[in-house]
This record gives sequence, C-alpha cells and structure tokens, in this order.
Amino acid sequence: MKRLVPFLLAALLLASLMSLLAGKVWISPAAMLAGDERWAIIAELRLPRTILALVVGAGLGLAGAAMQGYLRNPLADPGLFGVSAGAALGAVLAIFFGLSATPYVLSACALAGAGAAMALLSALAGHSGSIIVFTLGGVVISSLAGALTALVISLAPTPFATGQIVNWLMGALTDRSWNDVLLAAPLIAAGALVLAGTARALDALTLGEAAARSLGVNPARLQWQIIIGVGLIVGASVAAAGVIGFIGLIVPHLVRPFTRRSPSAVLLPAALGGALLLIIADAAVRAAPTVSELRVGIAMSLLGGPFFLALLLRLRRKLG
Amino acid sequence: MLAARDLSLMLGGTPVLAGVSAAIVPGRIMAIIGPNGAGKSSLIAALAGLHRPTAGVVTLDDVALASLDPRARARRIGFLPQVAEVNWDIDVETLVALGRLPHRGRGGASAADAAAIGAAMAATDCTALAGRVVGSLSGGERARVLLARVLAGQPDYLLADEPLANLDPGHQIDTLACLRAAASAGAGVAIVLHDLAHAAAIADDLLLLDRGRVAAAGAAATVLAPAIMARVYGISAQTAVLPDGQTRLVVTGRTGLSPRSA
Repeated sequence: MKRLVPFLLAALLLASLMSLLAGKVWISPAAMLAGDERWAIIAELRLPRTILALVVGAGLGLAGAAMQGYLRNPLADPGLFGVSAGAALGAVLAIFFGLSATPYVLSACALAGAGAAMALLSALAGHSGSIIVFTLGGVVISSLAGALTALVISLAPTPFATGQIVNWLMGALTDRSWNDVLLAAPLIAAGALVLAGTARALDALTLGEAAARSLGVNPARLQWQIIIGVGLIVGASVAAAGVIGFIGLIVPHLVRPFTRRSPSAVLLPAALGGALLLIIADAAVRAAPTVSELRVGIAMSLLGGPFFLALLLRLRRKLG
Repeated sequence: MLAARDLSLMLGGTPVLAGVSAAIVPGRIMAIIGPNGAGKSSLIAALAGLHRPTAGVVTLDDVALASLDPRARARRIGFLPQVAEVNWDIDVETLVALGRLPHRGRGGASAADAAAIGAAMAATDCTALAGRVVGSLSGGERARVLLARVLAGQPDYLLADEPLANLDPGHQIDTLACLRAAASAGAGVAIVLHDLAHAAAIADDLLLLDRGRVAAAGAAATVLAPAIMARVYGISAQTAVLPDGQTRLVVTGRTGLSPRSA
C-alpha cells in the first residue's frame, strides 16, 4: 500500500487541472496556454477556488482522521466538536448585523466564533484529558450554537438577510477570491502542523487510554493539540467556505483500508483524499447543467448521508 | 529499584490505597494478590506512574516518578493493562511496534527498534502471527501479542495487571514463562494475580493487599500461611513446599463468612 500516497498525489494534480478547465465556460488546455481573455476566468476565479478547495478539503480530511484517531471512533467527525457550529454562529451574526459586505469582517467573525467554541470546549474539558467529557462538551457546544443560529435566523430583519444566512450556511466555494485563500491557507497549514505532531500519541491510543499513558502520552497535552489543530482547520474552513460536512467522516474511511490502519498512517492519505474529493465535487457542481449552481455543501451532504448509513449497516453486521 | 513508599491514593473521592510500601527489584517477580477491591490494580497503575498519589511517593532508582518526563519513564517502565483494548484493525507487527513508541525519534523505526520487535515476537511465540489482523486472533494469541508489545519496549520494569485472565492453563503457563524469562534477563517484574496457586508457584515475593493496606509481604510460605488466608480471604488453605523448592497452595474451603461481611 506504499503506492497510495503517490497515487493520490497524481490524482490530485489531474483533478486540479480539470477543475481549472471545467465550469459553465469550458476552456481547452490549448486556450489555457494561449492566454486569451478566458485566462482571466482561470486566474481570478478558478485558480483561487481550486486552491481553496484543495486547502479546505485537505484540512477537513486531516482533521477528521485526527478526530477519529483521538476518539478511537470511526464515526467521529470534526463537526462533532462544536467548532464548526461556533464558526457558523459567528458568521451568521455578522450577516445579521449587516457587516458581511465589508471584506474580512464575515471571516473574522467566523474565526472569533470558532475561537470562542474552542475556548469553551477546553474550559469544559478542563485538565482531565478525559475523552468522554471532551465529546459531551463538543455536543453541548454544537447544540447550543445551533440553537443560537436558529434564533438569529428567526430574528433576521428581512427575508433577504434570512436567505443570505441560509445560503451561506450551506457551504460553497462559489466566487471565492485570493483574499479567502490568503486568509484560510496559513491558518489551515498551522492547524495541520499541530495535528501532525499528534501522530505518535494517536497511535499509542490504539491500545486505550491507560496503555497510551504508560507509553508516555500526556493526555492533557494531546487534548490541547487536538482542540487547537482541529479548531484552526475547521474555523478557517468555515470562515472561507461555510459549513461543508462529511469530508472529515468519509475520507478517512475511504483511505484507511489502503493503509496500515493505525491512526498515524491515515493522516496524510486522508488530507490528500479530502483535497481530491472536494476539488472533484466542486468542479462537478460548477459544471453541472443546473440553473443556479448547486452548493457544494449540499452535494457533500447528499453524498455523506447514504455513506454514513452504509457505514452504520456494515458496523451493525460486524457486531451482529 | 522501583519502589512505593507509604503510598496513599484516592480515586473519585474514595481512598483505595493507604500507606502501601513495596519494592520491585531487578531480576525478581513480585505477585500482588488480595481479595476483590483490595487495591491491586490501583497499586500497579500507581507504580506505572498513571496515578498521582495523595500521599507518599513512587520512586525509580530513588528519583520520584512524578518528576520524570513521561517518555523517559515510558522507556523504563512497561505496563500491560488488564483490559486488552485494541481499537483499529491493525496487524500484529504494527501492534507490537507500538511498544517502541517511547524509543522512537521523529523518523521511522531504527534497526534497534526492528531487533527489539523481532525478539519480543520470538519470545512470545508470535512471529508466525506477524501479518495477521489483531481482530482475527484468539484470546490466547491476543494476550501473547499484547505481552510482546510490552516486551518490545525492553523495559527495566515490567508491570502487568492480571496477565493470566481469560487464558487457558497452557497459555497461563506460557505467559508466566515469558515473564520469568524477562526477570532472568534482568527486568524487575510485578504482576497482579487472582490465582493464589499461580502466585505461589511463580513469585519470588508476594504482596498481599487487603482493603488498601499491606496485609502481608514476603516469601510465599509466609504470606500464604493458613492464618493469614483465613483472615484476609475467609478461606482455609494449605501450603506445601515441593522438593524443587516451589511452594504449592491448595484451597480447601470457606471458613464461614468472609471477614468483610462479618
């Protein structure tokens, strides 16, 4: 299975090129090289969009793999954690107060929401490093932020604002600019670095919490790394692209059978696979012959629901 | 020497150990025995550095365990928990390699890692299982592989919480032989045992706990004396020293109610 990473890299390169050419206006490779006016479509619209899909997809795939390793649960998802709900609430508040027209304000509010959720979660989990408290804390924050988001929507001053909020919540990469890339990429890269540092501890957790501690894992430190790493990635992703679910759940599953299956072995393939999946999904919704473009967040959920169900059925067969 | 001195421990507000002293010496096997709830597992976990004592101290060569870096501690003390938890469908070799984590740098496995993994798998007779997925193993195979994981770390002190649970008699003897081999190679070994007969047969030293305190400590013939067995377990038991010097124990019955319910 040593060929998995080169394979994913090659597929990623191919998908990125295809993503640059695909859309309502198809551009042939020759035209792309010739550099006519359609070059602007690529340079100003499709290139940032493709890079954003790459960065966000890779981040979500990696965050999902780290969460599954940390919680030792194949059904874990970075969304469980409350950060994406917190970021969404921040962004929705920005739209509600009419601040979303000013550049960066919406993103900054989403990041602030993610940061607040992270702080709340680490305060709830405390120094215990306990996974149960951590998980329940994430669930509490998720549902609280979800309820507040619903409240904000119901209080929205105009139907237009409501529409804008609902639209944004669905997650999309439409009309993203270089600004969004410059905002999200460094934060996601920083989060990825933090998560890369957890690889050894996640492997040790394969044997359970007591054995992991006896192997030198510091549970409180690991919990910090997970909160900060996943928080940065998910916060920045939601700030740039809205809520895109299921990548963190699906991708680690798709790549795991082709690895040694230990948590550290899944991290890199999950990042590459996440990037690949989001680039393909985004190119597909762009090229799809629909009147208004299908939101990639919806596409992922449409894909993710049945996948989750299949996963559950397989798990049930295994247990039954 | 790995030693506990006047160790007291509270878990969830309940005192589980009170003033326990014990010493694990290189080359010897100590069996920790006692009735259910006596604090055996708590003691061995505390010796592994997994609990913060409320009073007293655990020392490794006269240095407080709590002051050691967790990875430095992990390189010297190996711990085999009672629950044989393995979370992903990893293969046996990957599982055994986890024992090398405290020794590994940022890079991959070194030649020393590979040698230690190979030796541990040979010692536990699981070389042939290397490519098998852990989920497909029998209970006995799984226990051997998990023991190999601890041995792969080449710890100076090897602590095992009920390593014989759920094993058939043959595999129990194999496991004890592995632990004896580790002790002969110079490791200090401590194991929690429920089976008094095994404890009598294998251990160089016995530590009998009762309600968080040391009820008796020393050689098998002294600790397993009929009067002590009656007082702590509420059982009548006879010991005999065989010609080969090993102590054998036979439990013959209950001496009325257990002392705790009396």
